[in-house]
Amino acid sequence: MEFNILRKKLIIGRQIDDFLDKVSESGLMFKQGMDAYLKANKVSFKRKIEEIADTEHQGDALRRSVEEQLYMKTLIPESRGDVLKLFESMDSLLDRFKGVLWQFEIEQPEILPEFNEDFKELVLCVVETVEAIVRSSRAFFVNVFSVSDHIHKVSYWETQSDKISTKLQKNIFKCQELRLSQKLQLRDLVRHVDKIADRAEDVADKLSIYIIKRSL
Amino acid sequence: MFAFFISSGLFLGWSLGANDASNVFGTAVGARMIRFKTAAIYCSIFIILGSVISGAGASHTLGKLGAVNAVAGAFIVAFAAGISVYLMTKARYPVSTSQAIVGAIIGWNLFSGSLTDYNSLAKIVGTWVVCPIISAIIAIGLYKVVVFSIRVLKPHMLTLDAMTRFGLLLVGAFGSYSLGANNIANVMGVFVPVSPFSDISLFGLVKFSSAQQLFLIGGIAIAVGVFTYSKRVMETVGEGIVSLSPVAAFAVVSAHSIVLFLFASQGLEGFLSNHGLPTIPLVPVSSSQAIVGAVIGVGLLKGGSSIRWRLFGGISSGWVVTPIIAAAVSFISLFFLQNVFEQETFRPVRYQITGAALERIDQAGIAVGGMKKLQHRNYSTASRFNDRVAGIKGLKREDRKFIFSSAEINHTRITPDRIDALPIGTHGVTEKQKTHLKKLEGRTFSHNWQLHNALVDISPYWQLSTGANERNQEVTRELAHLYKWFRHDQ
Repeated sequence: MEFNILRKKLIIGRQIDDFLDKVSESGLMFKQGMDAYLKANKVSFKRKIEEIADTEHQGDALRRSVEEQLYMKTLIPESRGDVLKLFESMDSLLDRFKGVLWQFEIEQPEILPEFNEDFKELVLCVVETVEAIVRSSRAFFVNVFSVSDHIHKVSYWETQSDKISTKLQKNIFKCQELRLSQKLQLRDLVRHVDKIADRAEDVADKLSIYIIKRSL
Repeated sequence: MFAFFISSGLFLGWSLGANDASNVFGTAVGARMIRFKTAAIYCSIFIILGSVISGAGASHTLGKLGAVNAVAGAFIVAFAAGISVYLMTKARYPVSTSQAIVGAIIGWNLFSGSLTDYNSLAKIVGTWVVCPIISAIIAIGLYKVVVFSIRVLKPHMLTLDAMTRFGLLLVGAFGSYSLGANNIANVMGVFVPVSPFSDISLFGLVKFSSAQQLFLIGGIAIAVGVFTYSKRVMETVGEGIVSLSPVAAFAVVSAHSIVLFLFASQGLEGFLSNHGLPTIPLVPVSSSQAIVGAVIGVGLLKGGSSIRWRLFGGISSGWVVTPIIAAAVSFISLFFLQNVFEQETFRPVRYQITGAALERIDQAGIAVGGMKKLQHRNYSTASRFNDRVAGIKGLKREDRKFIFSSAEINHTRITPDRIDALPIGTHGVTEKQKTHLKKLEGRTFSHNWQLHNALVDISPYWQLSTGANERNQEVTRELAHLYKWFRHDQ
C-alpha cells in the first residue's frame, strides 16, 4: 500500500509543481502582454492573450487532476482541504491575469505615454507579488519551515503596488487632456491590475494559517 | 462446562478489543490516514501474536496476586471485571481492564480467604501510577526527535504524508502486539491455573503451552471486539485527538506501544537481570492511560494550554475506584454463585504445621519456638493461618513466606494408575521423568515440598537453581502440574 502511495506521490508532486509553474508563467505573459499593449504592438498583445488562455486551460486541468487524486487516494488528509483552497486561490490569480488582458482587449483604453512608466511599474509589482506567493506555496509543499523566507515579500510587493496604483490614479485624475469617462475607465483598469496583488496577499494570509496548522 | 465458564473472559476480551484498539489505531483511522479495514486486520493479527508469544509475563504477576483455583471462581472474577468496565464506561470514567481485573482478584482473595500478596499489589499499583508518566516522557523525547529529523531532512509534504502513514501502521502493529502481550493477562490470566488444555508440540519444534492456547482464544476474542465494535470508537477518538498532528499522533502511539511492551517483555526482563540491571515489573497496565499520558506529554511540550486537566482526576480516581467496584462485584457474585447456585468458586487451601513442616522450618534457621503451639492445628484458609502466624514475633516477610509454603497441605499419592495415565508431552513431562515418578510408587505426601524433595533425591533434574530463569520456570510449571495430577483429597 505504502509503495503505491509513494508512486502516486511522485506523480502528484510533479503536477503540483507544474501547476505552480503555470501560475508563475501566466504572470510573465501578463507582463509581456501589458508591455506589448503599451507599445501598441497589437500582434504581440493578441498572441499573449492566446498564450495566457492556453496556460489557464492547462492550469485548470492540472488543478482538477491534483484535487481528484488527493481525494481519491486520501492523501494528506489533515491538510487536504487547505491544499485545495490554496489551489483554487492560486487558480483565481491566473484567471485574473487573463481577465485583465481581456479587459484591455475589449475596452482598448487610450493610455497617454506619460502614464506608461507607472503602468509598467504597477504591472511589475503585481507580477512580483504573485511570484512571491508562488514561491511561498512551493515552499509550503517542499519545506514548510522556509515559507517565512518568501511570504513577507508578498506583503512588500503588494504595498508597493498600492502606492503606485494610488499615485497613478491621482495622476490620471489630474490630467487635463482626458475626459472624465476616460479617467474613470483608466481608474477601473488600474484597480483591476492592483486587485491581483490584493488577492495574492489574501492567499498569503490563508497560507500563514495553513502553516500554523501544519506546525507539527 | 469450561466453555461456558470461559465466556466471561471472552466478553472481557471482546470489550478490550472494542475499546483499546482505538488507542492504537484511533488517530490514524479517525484522521483517515489508514482505512478501518486495514487497521482492523493488522490490529487483530498482532494482538493475537502478542498474546500468544509474549502474554505470559504480565499474566504471571497477576497469578502471584491471587491464584484463582476453581473455574467457577475464574468465571466470576472475569465477569466482575467485565461488569465493572461496562459500568464505569457508562459513567464516563476512563476505565481500564487491568484495574478491574486486579480488583476482582482481590475480591476473590477476600472471599476465599486467600492472602493477597501486598508486595505484588504494591508493584502493580505503583506501575499504574508510573505508566502514564513514563509514557509522557517517552512521547516528549520521540516527538522532539521526529520534529528534529523533519527539520533536517525537509521532506516534501506528500513524502512526509506517506512516511507518517507507514509509521502509523508500523507503530500500530507494534502497539497491537504490545497490547496483546500486556493485556491478555487481564482477559485470560485468571483461567490459566484452571485450564483444561494440555501442551501441544507442533512437529517437535514449537511448544504450544496450555496457557498459550488460552491466550490464543483470548486474542481471538479481542480481535472479534476490534472487528465488530471498534470502528465507532476509533472514529470518535480520532476526532477527539484531531488537534494532534499526524506526526504528534505517531509519537503518542509509539510511546504508548513502548510502555506496554516494557511492562510485558520477558525478553527485556531477562536481558536486564542478566546484566545486573534493575528489572521492569511485568504488570498489565492501562492502554488508555498510557495514551492519555503521552498526549499530555506532547501537550506540555506545546505549552500545555490544550491539556484537559480534568482527565488527570479521572485517571487517578480510576486507580482507586475501579478496583474497589470490581472487588465488591466479585465478592458479591462469588457469594451468590457459591451459596445460591452451589458452584465451587474456590478450592480451599488448608494449612497445618505438621512435624515435617516444623522440621523444615527449623532447618531453614527460623525460630520455631512460637510455632510449636500451632502444631497439628488445621487452618482452613490462608487468612486464618496468617492471623496466627502474624502473632509470632520476630518473623521477617521471607520467613513468613517460607512458613506458608512449608505448611500448605496438599495430599498427593503416587499411584501406578495415575502414573500410567499421565500423558507424555504435557507440561514437559517426558518418559524419563515418568521413571522418576515410578520410583516413588505407593508413597504419599502431605506437602508439595515433600514430593519435590523426593524427586530431587531421585534426579538432579528437579533441583531449582537460584534466581529466575527459564529452566526454573519450566520445572516449576511441571511440578505444579504433578501436584495437581496426583492430588488425593482425604
